[in-house]
Amino acid sequence: MALLEVRDLTVVFERKGEQPFTAVDHVSFEVEPGQTVGLVGESGCGKSVTSLAIMGLLPKRGARVSGTVGYEGTNLLSLSDREMRDRRGRDLGMVFQDPLSSLNPVVPIGVQVTEVLERHRDMSRKKAMVEAADLLDKVGIPDPTRRLSEYPHQLSGGMRQRALIAIALACRPRLLIADEPTTALDVTIQAQILALLKELVRDMGTALVMITHDLGVVAGLCDEVNVLYAGRVVEKAERHELFAAPRHPYTHGLLSSIPRLDAPRGQKLSPIKGSVADNIPWDHGCAFAPRCPNALDVCVQVTPAQEDIGGGRLLRCHNPVRPPVVEEVSA
Amino acid sequence: MNPQSGVRPESGATPGPAAPESTVDELMSVQGIKVHFPIKRGLLLDRTVGHVYAVDGVDLGVRRGETYGLVGESGCGKSTLGRAILRLTEPTAGRVVFDGTDLSTLKGESLRTMRRRMQMVFQDPMSSLDPRQSVESILVEGLRAHDLDKGKESTGKRLRELLTAVGLASTSLRKYPHEFSGGQRQRIGIARALTVEPDLIIADEPVSALDVSVQAQVVNLLEELQDQFGLTYLVIAHDLAVVRHISDRVGVMYLGGLVEEASSDDLYAEPLHPYTRALLSAIPVPDPLVEDRRERILLKGDLPSPANPPTGCRFHTRCPWKQETKCSTERPELREVLPGHRVACHWAEDIRAGRIRPHEVEAVLVEEDGISPDIPLVGPASVTEALNP
Ligand SMILES: Nc1ncnc2c1ncn2[C@@H]1O[C@H](COP(=O)(O)OP(=O)(O)OP(=O)(O)O)[C@@H](O)[C@H]1O
Ligand SMILES: Nc1ncnc2c1ncn2[C@@H]1O[C@H](COP(=O)(O)OP(=O)(O)OP(=O)(O)O)[C@@H](O)[C@H]1O
Ligand code: SF4
Ligand SMILES: [Mg+2]
Ligand SMILES: [Mg+2]
Repeated sequence: MALLEVRDLTVVFERKGEQPFTAVDHVSFEVEPGQTVGLVGESGCGKSVTSLAIMGLLPKRGARVSGTVGYEGTNLLSLSDREMRDRRGRDLGMVFQDPLSSLNPVVPIGVQVTEVLERHRDMSRKKAMVEAADLLDKVGIPDPTRRLSEYPHQLSGGMRQRALIAIALACRPRLLIADEPTTALDVTIQAQILALLKELVRDMGTALVMITHDLGVVAGLCDEVNVLYAGRVVEKAERHELFAAPRHPYTHGLLSSIPRLDAPRGQKLSPIKGSVADNIPWDHGCAFAPRCPNALDVCVQVTPAQEDIGGGRLLRCHNPVRPPVVEEVSA
Repeated sequence: MNPQSGVRPESGATPGPAAPESTVDELMSVQGIKVHFPIKRGLLLDRTVGHVYAVDGVDLGVRRGETYGLVGESGCGKSTLGRAILRLTEPTAGRVVFDGTDLSTLKGESLRTMRRRMQMVFQDPMSSLDPRQSVESILVEGLRAHDLDKGKESTGKRLRELLTAVGLASTSLRKYPHEFSGGQRQRIGIARALTVEPDLIIADEPVSALDVSVQAQVVNLLEELQDQFGLTYLVIAHDLAVVRHISDRVGVMYLGGLVEEASSDDLYAEPLHPYTRALLSAIPVPDPLVEDRRERILLKGDLPSPANPPTGCRFHTRCPWKQETKCSTERPELREVLPGHRVACHWAEDIRAGRIRPHEVEAVLVEEDGISPDIPLVGPASVTEALNP
């Protein structure tokens, strides 16, 4: 059994006088210990809302959450606020995009780490201080003992993100959700943080849900990838398969629209036409249809169902991209 | 090739792609440009307690018709350099020469005319467009400022041509910025820059605020417009993959200085500066086969503060190739190491030849000195106002 099993997770935002808005629509995926599962997609496709729903952090008012979030067989969605708070400290860790807004600005870094250790691992203050310095060291913060007494604004962006990861790790969570953990950072710092996350997964068997819009990050880090479009998973595949043979026109379009550092120059990029503003509702059609080069009449009339196309791949499309013909490679 | 043979005095006539300076047709060049921001303290902000060395001695030239890409990480001074070229920020030292004229010698009308020929496209299309102005009035504003508004009919025709050129419907004229998507707004920003028929466009992070799927639209548009109007670009961006794609030549900045400059292809094929090597190796490539095999040069520690830059080579605190001599004491000059390939590293030839190997670096604690972050970044109230005072 998987450590985390998300089934048909749906989040509808309701506001008085407005049409209800489905931000996450029947999203399902699983994560095993030691596995990294990616959620990718553009701004607004529902990545953060998915992670907040799993963590029980969506506002109670105005957000209707349905489906199940199974953690070792327990449906997290059925737990009380209190039980959930306890879980968040103990089993589930989360790292957000903006480290400054998720650290408490008026509390020294050290106290923010020891708090977690005292509360969730029943450590004494003294022991917690030693462990906290150890954690900061582990995530690559130089001179950790001194850093414990400093405030978040005294750290650089990269160091803050490390501190946040240290806090998330303090309770040795078996599941870590990282929501764009490197988007606000420079690439050389991003490389450090990604190396750190990889190490965690490998050495501690942490299950990692990696949320990002960067297909490059996905290619290097995730075992399995879920591509989201307008709140739904449109394609899911093991990373090598996904990049070698993207089947959904959206995934395919994304991959051909980004310039690659290692590609021959002088080729024109093939953008996806329009923008998410052109989407149609999923109710009776494919949300991507107005932008899709493969769109058929049926695409604006019938919602494409999620199909199992074998090899652990799922696809939601009436007219997928044909898989490339594999040439025999003679040695 | 013997790496030593690539060492040539800067002014020497170099065979190969880099023609001697006099025959290269440079539309714009900057020489020894510096921008130092004073750090003020005290109740009346009347004490200067230090300086942010945002741009600290940069020489570069942009050739007519080419795209020059400027890359580097956050805070290395790219935007400040771009603003200094347009004199939106007054440089502390150095010269900007545009089409043969030193801009600092110009005043009044002649400066205004020269400025018309250089326009800027900004990162955030939403905040650089006045939400209360219709697209038409946004576009006409630039024309008026330069007395190019020649009557209703011809202006209307010109605006419709421009909209077509940037791929917007001519019905857009009466709409307001909020009615457009991010990519469309960036098209409006580009159209605005084009209204006054500039020669040089400085584009500061023109696609980084856009969704991935939309970035390519704007990148392609910039390329098409260059062909159509014979434009010269200086593109500032932190995304090296985008920069490599659109640029003929690329300059890499680190802490206020240019550390390497080469043609796009050469820079990628053979990065010579240790920082460029680390930067290139850190950029994720959307291909698992490549990612699995890649060796990364992981830099330790953070970018030092530009208010307190390291001595000698600014990169020596993080450089895996740092040597006992020179690196921490002498500032390396940008010099031509291979034809058309300039590098600011004392050991570029030895590193290239493999005579110096990378080593472990102890991460250095970077002190947030508490002086740089809370300085309000004062800028002009409106972009058009700044460009056309
Ligand atoms: N509290 C809320 N109330 C109403 N709508 C919301 C709320 N939070 C998010 N949304 C909407 O839900 C959709 C999904 O948002 P989400 O933050 O998950 O996007 P995302 O994929 O994380 O995007 P990004 O890459 O920009 O972070 C968006 O259209 C957003 O406007
Ligand atoms: N008006 C100003 N007053 C004081 N310091 C400034 C001012 N403008 C910029 N700086 C500082 O100068 C340095 C260079 O800033 P600049 O905006 O040029 O960097 P950049 O390379 O464009 O970075 P980014 O990629 O984040 O846009 C930074 O440390 C910045 O804080
Ligand atoms: S000069 Fe020294 S410190 Fe600077 S990049 Fe070259 S080897 Fe590294
Ligand atoms: Mg998000
Ligand atoms: Mg900038």
